[in-house]
Amino acid sequence: MKDVWRRILAVVTREFIAIWADRRTRAILIVPPVMQLLVFSYAATFEVSDVALAVLNQDGGTESRALVAAFTASPAFAPVARLQSEREIAPVIDSAMAKAVLHVGPTFGADLAAGRQAAVQLIVDGRHSNTALVALGYAGEIVGAFSAAQAKPGSLQPPRLVVRAWFNPNLSSRWFIVPALVAILTLVITTVIAALSVARERELGTFEQLLMTPLRPLELLIGKTMPALIIGYIEGLGIAGTAVWVFGIPFRGSVAVLAVALAVFLLSIIGIGLMVSALARTQQQAITGAFAFLMPAVILSGFATPVANMPKAIQALTLINPLRYMLVILRGLFLQDAPWELVAANLWPMAIIGLVTGSAATWLFRRRVA
Amino acid sequence: MNPRRLSGFARKEWRQMLRDPSSIVVAFVLPAVLLFLFGFGVSLDLRDVPVAVVVERPTPESMGFFHAMAASKYLTPIAIVDRRMAEEALRMRQVQGIVVIGETFSGQILTGQAARVQLIVDGTDANSARLIEGYVQGVWNTWAAQLARERLGAGAVRDAVAIDLRARVWFNPAVNSRYFLVPGLIAIVMTLIGALLTALVVAREWERGTMEALLTTRLTRGEFLVGKIAPYFLLGMGGMAAAVTLSVTVFGVPFRGSVWLLILCSAVFMLVMLGIGLLISTVARNQFVASIAALLVTMLPAVMLSGFLFDIASMPGWVQVITHAIAARYFVAILQTLFLVGDVWAVIGPNLLALGAMAVLFLGLTVLRTRRRLE
Repeated sequence: MKDVWRRILAVVTREFIAIWADRRTRAILIVPPVMQLLVFSYAATFEVSDVALAVLNQDGGTESRALVAAFTASPAFAPVARLQSEREIAPVIDSAMAKAVLHVGPTFGADLAAGRQAAVQLIVDGRHSNTALVALGYAGEIVGAFSAAQAKPGSLQPPRLVVRAWFNPNLSSRWFIVPALVAILTLVITTVIAALSVARERELGTFEQLLMTPLRPLELLIGKTMPALIIGYIEGLGIAGTAVWVFGIPFRGSVAVLAVALAVFLLSIIGIGLMVSALARTQQQAITGAFAFLMPAVILSGFATPVANMPKAIQALTLINPLRYMLVILRGLFLQDAPWELVAANLWPMAIIGLVTGSAATWLFRRRVA
Repeated sequence: MNPRRLSGFARKEWRQMLRDPSSIVVAFVLPAVLLFLFGFGVSLDLRDVPVAVVVERPTPESMGFFHAMAASKYLTPIAIVDRRMAEEALRMRQVQGIVVIGETFSGQILTGQAARVQLIVDGTDANSARLIEGYVQGVWNTWAAQLARERLGAGAVRDAVAIDLRARVWFNPAVNSRYFLVPGLIAIVMTLIGALLTALVVAREWERGTMEALLTTRLTRGEFLVGKIAPYFLLGMGGMAAAVTLSVTVFGVPFRGSVWLLILCSAVFMLVMLGIGLLISTVARNQFVASIAALLVTMLPAVMLSGFLFDIASMPGWVQVITHAIAARYFVAILQTLFLVGDVWAVIGPNLLALGAMAVLFLGLTVLRTRRRLE
């Protein structure tokens, strides 16, 4: 038994030397995750601000100017142009110079003074559908508030909806994205390391040499698993630490639970990476295989778009995606001090996926060796 | 350049490319999978969101609001008697929001006081939370206006709602997120073929040592680059054509621009991607480093920083500056305009120029780099 561990340790050491010896490989393990974490934490936002707004005010009275000022003073909109006629609307929208045009007609002030309902028009560029929707929402709020201020005193008090957001009171996109990056960035690096581990040796012809050593296939497999696991683990914890200390995202759950969940998650994806590696004959095939897994895994995880929005058939497909469960756990641990039942409900499916992919990788590996 | 030597070399590259089935997977299967996932699988538009509704005292008014929510296609209200149970359901992600209609709700409405209803949303998904807030607010506004009309007559409504906002969304009136995601995806597909595949292939030549074999032939530097680029250029344009055809026929995204302009812009973008791919492979020299580098400098920025998914205008200033170095940014703007608007030169001209400049830059750098290596 002692020999087994010694042999496994030898493989692990060898793998680490192979990874660490090359200056470029070393750089690629450290630089990308740091850069991605920094850039994506700021770039990945569905929040909408500073929508380029052109204004066509054909009224010119006090009320219309106040309404325009309410728009331009809002952080949601940034004024970029004043238009003189309706003919200018289409060109500024088409050329994407403005994403929205606020059009106040000539009778606006007169309508308000006469107690009639006054209309204003907002034209929004639909090329970016999310921005369009959110901008419409902001415009509704601004007009609603302005409208309420215009209403006669003593008239009907409109009932109010009071909104509170739990776990993320300012609904910050960063709080939503950065905890997920703990899993996404480690997923990418771990899958690629695992997928290339065997494929590279096979392509370069060193795999046959390994098979001539006293190593048993299972020992070799475990030895190949360890570097991906250790590197993934360090990166995952590093990103989690950065999230808390650099980005100021709260961590309300238990660190022990995070440590367990991260290990289970990594084992489940390393199993998939090793499967790819056992099947691939060249590194190109291994990378292609890793990609064929990574892209759907990220898209169908709930990272940027909720799983609940997907069609039923695709939702069923997400059940075999380990990332989907890990994201629920991570967001739960960071933002809400997730109840134990929620963590458990997402931990056991990952463990089962890990068992299945691990056994499948072992089987494929043995078949290859035999 | 010797045409016979060049065509011989290009033929060798073409065969080598087709022999490994993973090239075909990257060029046609992965793009199709991506298009289907983004076309059918992913949506930024919420539907049937489960929301717990706690009615502390059932009255015609509180039940009216409950039914108004049930009539919305965006919301699925679930009546829960106890507030603590509703909060537990929110913690377990079984519902995404809680609406609490207090005991005094009907009384306040009937006496004309400002009645208040509380909405709690699950902030772990900030974007959905914001949308749910909007949907509940929308149902609430409609319902409140209707209630006021019934109880107090039309005049009161007009007083309360003095200004009517008429919003129109151009190019995509139904605000369908598919119309927005699918055109941008073509840039992602071409990045995958152009940069990732090329980076791998040339890095492989270095890693296996076949590059030295090539260098002993009489192939010139220009012939080498053209011969390397041509097969992948054709593969990339083929992948683009397949992706555009799928977008229009299967996903029903309108294409309002002209096809020749699409081909021109795609060709220039493809050259940029090939230039970056070749540059990465000559620097990296092994496939592991080349693949991660291609992923880092082309794929991930194309997804995150191009405006394909996240709006550039909403990013912080320094990130916006970085996006100018991302080729996909210019191509995504062109694609979204060609598909949904048409041939708008004010958009296409500057973006195409930027792409052209990047193509010259990266292909030029590759030529320089290759000379150093060859000598």
